[in-house]
Amino acid sequence: MSEVVALVVLAACLAAAVARPRLAPDWAVAAGGALVLVVVGILSTADARAALRQLGPTVGFLAALLVLADGCRRAGLFEALGAGMALGSRGRPARLLAMVFLAAAGTTAVLSLDATVVLLTPIVFATAARLRTNARPHVYACTHLANSASLLLPVSNLTNLLAFRASGLSFARFGGLMVLPWLVALAIEWLVLRRSFAGDLQRSAARSTRALERPELPAFALAVVALTLAGFVLSSLVGIAPVWVATGGAVVMVVRERPAPKQLVLAAEPTFLVFVLGLGVVVRAAGEHGLSSAVDSLLPHGTALPALLVVAVVSAAVANLLNNLPATLIILPVAAASGPGPVLAMLVGVNVGPNLTYVGSLATLLWRRIVHAHDEETDMAEFTRLGLLTVPASLLACTLVLWLALQVV
Amino acid sequence: MRAVVWISEDTWEACVDQARSLVPEDAEVTLVHVAPTDVEALASGGGARLLGRHPPPPPGPPVRAIADEEAHALLEEALSRLGRPARTVARRGKVEREVVRACVGADLLILARDGEARLGPKSLGSRTRFALDHAPCQVLLVWPQEPPGFETIPLPPHLR
Repeated sequence: MSEVVALVVLAACLAAAVARPRLAPDWAVAAGGALVLVVVGILSTADARAALRQLGPTVGFLAALLVLADGCRRAGLFEALGAGMALGSRGRPARLLAMVFLAAAGTTAVLSLDATVVLLTPIVFATAARLRTNARPHVYACTHLANSASLLLPVSNLTNLLAFRASGLSFARFGGLMVLPWLVALAIEWLVLRRSFAGDLQRSAARSTRALERPELPAFALAVVALTLAGFVLSSLVGIAPVWVATGGAVVMVVRERPAPKQLVLAAEPTFLVFVLGLGVVVRAAGEHGLSSAVDSLLPHGTALPALLVVAVVSAAVANLLNNLPATLIILPVAAASGPGPVLAMLVGVNVGPNLTYVGSLATLLWRRIVHAHDEETDMAEFTRLGLLTVPASLLACTLVLWLALQVV
Repeated sequence: MRAVVWISEDTWEACVDQARSLVPEDAEVTLVHVAPTDVEALASGGGARLLGRHPPPPPGPPVRAIADEEAHALLEEALSRLGRPARTVARRGKVEREVVRACVGADLLILARDGEARLGPKSLGSRTRFALDHAPCQVLLVWPQEPPGFETIPLPPHLR
């Protein structure tokens, strides 16, 4: 009975997040669901507290990173990147794509995939439109790299943040192990997009009559980000939790940019933080009542290459069914039992995998199909075709080089 | 005579130039631009992909406004290059289908190759090919630059 109740509550949380009903927002369902599971005794108070203690620093870390990215936006970093991409492209679409790759890979790795999706992609669209060139290849590059370029650092993706603590790796070692998979993922994306959009990209010059602005990179914001990154690397050497470094960076950024208090709170997205905490507790309850043992029987153990490949593929499949956040919460405890190797293989799956589905998961896709039965805005076929060209190849190649890195680093 | 000229970001100049020199003075010319709503959706639809996140909309004009503004600017530029009165139409949707729809009642569609700059099927992208295959009128297909030389023709299959 407890198994069923825990799974029903988990399903309700995911359904609320996907369907976004106005009367039952996802964060309230997740928090309420977690509370119900504790009240009826399916999850003991001690276990709930342990789950929150485990997730707390990660959610704090996330909040600090969101504030940091928002500070970069306020400082004009993304407009400057747009101007820089336009200038660097010299009016040639293929060069613009290279600039977009640099900007999207860097933004995703350092400021997380959310920053690329929410802040950089609209700027890239505007940049291409103003250069009078087809925005399609460049927007696709952003969309794909938001996922596949999020392999590099613990801060690149919420999935990485969650896994980072469980993996027991230092910040530098995490990056060291993931740099090869990251580069391989970027190379595969480049080859596929460059070939798929060869016609769009080969024109010699996009003629814009407008004078291009000189980009003014916000030096202070960039310095804060660089120092925060350096702080992450150093902090694990001296035993300070990286959440404090992130908080420090966020505080400096806030002092400099001085957002209104309401803006500051909104930037940290408190409802999202509550959702992550609530979902974490609910998944913990489901895990203790059968879900973890089910996942455990599904996943191979050990760090041999075939085991890592299966972990990556299964993780990608779950991420595509449910979205990568619940996939990570569900698979992580099992993967972490076999050490950092399987945890990183799981990240390859949950980070690269979502490029197969347009809206992040089949669940979201089905829902959107139901709501917008005649939604002509989505070109599923093209997105899926590009996903099929990049995702299987990236899963295989990234896991292979991850395995190599695990032997060496 | 009613002629439709497809104004697309990368190839519009060649189409306008052909319209100027080949379409009779008394013909009714319509310049059509189509904003691809699927690309706009991809550029602005981030929220749906991030489960549980409800990010505030980014500052500055939304993607849709930028697309509209650029479409109108492009059509104005095309109109001045054409150098004679014409209708301008800004459409939104699936590009290839909207172009075909804009041709209903027209006698001629002028469009440009949008693929590789050599002879052969790869000189046409999928959207241009769709419009070419489905246009309910005569079609004038132009090269966006100097037509490539005969030497760029693909070798016959048995010699490849």
